Amino acid sequence: MNRSQGRQGGWSWWYLLFLVLFAVCLWPPFYNRAEPYFIGIPFFYWFQLLLVIVGAILTAVVYVATDR
Amino acid sequence: MQNVNWVALVIFVALFAFITWLGFAAAHWRKGDLEHLHEWGLGGRRFGTLITWFLIGGDVYTAYTFIAVPALAFGAGAVAFFAVPYTVLMYLVLFLVFPRIWRVCHKHGYITAADFVRGRFGNRWLALAVTVTGMVATMPYIALQLVGVQVVVGALGIGGSGLAADLPLIAAFLILAAFTYTSGLRAPASIAIVKDILIYLTTFAAVVVIPVQLGGFAKIFSAVPAQKLLLAVPGPNTTGAYGAYATLVLGSTFAIFLYPHCMTGILSASSAHAVRRNAALLPGYSFMLGLLALLGFFAIAAGVASLPEYAAGFKQFGNNFAVPALIMHSFPDWFVGLAFAAIGIGALVPASIMSIAAANLYTRNIHREFVNPAPTPAQETQMAKWVSLIIKAGALVFILFVPTKYAIDLQLLGGIWIIQTMPAVMLGAFTRWFNSWALLAGWAVGTLVGTLMAAATNLTPTYPLALAGYTFPGYTALYTLILNLLIAVALTPLINAMRAGQAADQTADADYRG
Repeated sequence: MNRSQGRQGGWSWWYLLFLVLFAVCLWPPFYNRAEPYFIGIPFFYWFQLLLVIVGAILTAVVYVATDR
Repeated sequence: MQNVNWVALVIFVALFAFITWLGFAAAHWRKGDLEHLHEWGLGGRRFGTLITWFLIGGDVYTAYTFIAVPALAFGAGAVAFFAVPYTVLMYLVLFLVFPRIWRVCHKHGYITAADFVRGRFGNRWLALAVTVTGMVATMPYIALQLVGVQVVVGALGIGGSGLAADLPLIAAFLILAAFTYTSGLRAPASIAIVKDILIYLTTFAAVVVIPVQLGGFAKIFSAVPAQKLLLAVPGPNTTGAYGAYATLVLGSTFAIFLYPHCMTGILSASSAHAVRRNAALLPGYSFMLGLLALLGFFAIAAGVASLPEYAAGFKQFGNNFAVPALIMHSFPDWFVGLAFAAIGIGALVPASIMSIAAANLYTRNIHREFVNPAPTPAQETQMAKWVSLIIKAGALVFILFVPTKYAIDLQLLGGIWIIQTMPAVMLGAFTRWFNSWALLAGWAVGTLVGTLMAAATNLTPTYPLALAGYTFPGYTALYTLILNLLIAVALTPLINAMRAGQAADQTADADYRG
């Protein structure tokens, strides 16, 4: 109980996962390309839409990991 | 303008009538004593994970967003997609920072960001800076929501001249004002559920139906001109479009939850857990926004801009007409009514929350702080209700009599201004290291320089920063936030050395933890 209280609102190593997402999102050369296409959609667009899903899953993982 | 689309209009009006009823009925929902400001202005902090999801979703993804993001894709291309990584990263910030702010605000009964800053730093002038910035940044935002209503109403074929043309807007305003006044935050919270269901329906229908009509995504994207399809690769000695894109993403990420209406949405949650869970659930809206942005390209491929029946609309509303035109072009009338109602109602929800948030700010952090320090709860709530009316009336007058361009310009400046409150509010949630006067100085310089930079670039969001022979075009808000932080860091030890003591911190470390 006390341990989880201490961690909530404090630091957790799990937050480093977020850093990866920040780095990817903030580095446009990484995804500014048309190839490969997915069902006709250029990479630039489907990759960033995929990042939304990855971001949600990552947040859920970190939520569960830091909640208890 | 073309003839009135009766089928669409009837459905549009029926849905509006429904949400009007819902807005008034909401006063009895999770009933509380509406004579208290935290009941009227924060829904009693009673919203669980699901309602908070609808409320913040209805709050952040405004009607103007639905019109403007695809319009930007339609007009400028790939850069419009910055809204996607931005809405990915902003939830990480929500997850990391705002549960702390929720907890401390809940513990001390704070209902605005300025309340928190006042308690944390004990400096009423820094709190005033946060208050004024919030209110000034919010007003053009409300006005832009009414622009959203204007565009769909115009597309429905209700035109005319003079007062007749403005009547639908005035009617929408009256509905908005009345239910906000009576029900407070419960009204937009309940209407947000309807709005969001309609928006999801519209978006997913559009993303499935229109590509089928146009012959698939490959065909759609091949109709998009090459220079719009991707970001331009930067030339030598500049970070070019890449730097602009990344700084727009990062600056917007820090700015968004500082807006008073977003803070109100967060603080109305029933627990810090609800806020944390929502950081994982709200990306559902981001995904939808990304799909919506693609509608701009659908509009290019469908060639709506060159169809004679939409010429008048494009003339009046510019690229903002791209999505309404595409919807009318692709769907039967009854669905057009539904989709346009989604956009129209999507304007009322955030406009209502914005006016409540600004009213909370005025009531708590100006009136109570500087005019009447000991109001009864009923007096305080009555004051907030009146202020919410005045603020909305101001936005209506603005839209009726001032060209739309100024609302857009002011909203852009609002982003530069609101981000200057980030050190006091967001860093303040982690540390009291900063001297409050140093924070105030950083805010002042950031605001001033940001405004000048925006003026120097003719009110475009990015500024071509030149350093050592390199050019770094980037989001003015982010650049001036960095300047603000540098000043706050540099002045803190100086002012601490000069002044004997700082005001007491009302909050304790434990208040921020779960």
